[in-house]
Amino acid sequence: MPGALPAPLRIGAGAGAVRIVVDRDLCQGHAACEGEAPGVFSVSKKGELTVLQPEPPESERAAVELAVKYCPTHALSIEED
Amino acid sequence: MTTETTLREPPRVSGGGGENGHLDELSRDPIGLMARVRAECGDVGEFTLAERDVVLLTGADANEFYFRAPEEQLDQAEAYPFMTPIFGEGVVFDAPPERRREMLHNQALRDKFMRGHAATISREVEQMVAGWDDEGEIDLLEWFAELTIYTSSACLIGPRFRSELDGRFAQLYHDLEQGTDPIAYVDPYADIESFRRRDAARVALVELVGGIMERRTAGPPAPDGEADLLDILMSIREEDGSPRFTADTVTGMFISMMFAGHHTTSGTAAWTLIELLRHPAELQAVNTELDQLYADGSEVSFQALREIPRLESALKEALRLHPPLILLLRVAMEELSYGDYRIAAGKFVAASPAICNRIPEDFPDPDAFVPSRYLQPREEDRANPWTWIPFGAGRHRCVGAAFAMMQLKAIFSVLLQGWEFEAAQPLDSYRNDHSKMVVQLEQPCRVRYRRRSGSAPEPAQ
Repeated sequence: MPGALPAPLRIGAGAGAVRIVVDRDLCQGHAACEGEAPGVFSVSKKGELTVLQPEPPESERAAVELAVKYCPTHALSIEED
Repeated sequence: MTTETTLREPPRVSGGGGENGHLDELSRDPIGLMARVRAECGDVGEFTLAERDVVLLTGADANEFYFRAPEEQLDQAEAYPFMTPIFGEGVVFDAPPERRREMLHNQALRDKFMRGHAATISREVEQMVAGWDDEGEIDLLEWFAELTIYTSSACLIGPRFRSELDGRFAQLYHDLEQGTDPIAYVDPYADIESFRRRDAARVALVELVGGIMERRTAGPPAPDGEADLLDILMSIREEDGSPRFTADTVTGMFISMMFAGHHTTSGTAAWTLIELLRHPAELQAVNTELDQLYADGSEVSFQALREIPRLESALKEALRLHPPLILLLRVAMEELSYGDYRIAAGKFVAASPAICNRIPEDFPDPDAFVPSRYLQPREEDRANPWTWIPFGAGRHRCVGAAFAMMQLKAIFSVLLQGWEFEAAQPLDSYRNDHSKMVVQLEQPCRVRYRRRSGSAPEPAQ
């Protein structure tokens, strides 16, 4: 099989398998991330982004990936251990 | 002097021997000039605009430097002198990023309003095509410019204000956009025909808006739930009870609110249609996609907010090849350095979507219309966030980008489902007029339309 499969994620609070990285130079507060993953991202009325779960659990994985994908300013990325 | 002063001045491009440096060339062939800067000088090169040197940065690294720079380093407040007579003194061209972020959140561009906007836009398109015969001809510049006056006024100010506008407003607005000759870098109030028309148009727009305000003052208040931004602005009072905002100020606010989304969206709609006519297989693919998506009778207001991959790719490719803004400008507020180069305080610093969107290393076959470059696995827009820049990038990226894409998807959902189009002139004769800083299609730019078979008009009442 060509290509490596992604490493399985460790599950559980504080496992630290996935970390959300925000490029604050790029974030404009569109809140697309909040729309995709409201449990992980929160954007205030003034457009300030707070990452509620910087190391989200596996259950949020799909939603976080959509948030990264649909961020209109490409301000989000995921770091994996 | 210490060894720190090893920074070099940016290399200068050839030409520019005239009285105002490269100004004449900029108004004749701006893309040719900027392409020559990159060819002769590389990522950092300089040309002259009237009294000012312009350091043009191109390529991913230089663009990242440019788009990440904070206000204290690169400011755009003074970079667009041609806008001041259009907006009016005191109405700024741009707000700092913090304010933009608030605007995004509090105003009409907020995500939760998008669905309502999509419905409004499809209604406006329906209303415009309701006046069409079974077949006929339109001028792309005039038609899309009028449509986007209606859509932007309805979405940003409100349907009540929109309902009081007609083609006159669009014509006057066009005169404003045409009053953006680069000579404004020498004198924004130079005594030339297009500037006289610009100023007359602004006076006429103030009269028009003033008339609407007078009728509202004299008439009954807006029905419940129908008050728009104009009603709100008119209700704000000084301490002595007099109105806070004059017709002149309100008009300036409305002109500036609508400006960023007007010629840009209008031009992109026109160029998308032109490119689809030039590439019938792509047009067919988009038509098939739309027919499938809407086969279940779903509403445009629903679909326009969702993925329409083939149409979106065509829109992105039109934006890449024909970016509405070809030259983005800032002023260096302090001495800066990029790489080995010194950028002196006071110089203009520029980025160019027209040049960067066609860098062959990032966009193979750069001059070709290839919508599939946005599909997986290529996704060349995402892969090149610093050179795929029709909306700019970083902290000053267009705050209306999502609104614009939604609007364009709604427009084409309605147009292509009901109508077929064909060129009414040679396909290679459509081109932009680059003699103004606001780039628009050169006339003539006509296409023919015909009602699609199987797409019956609404039954008569």
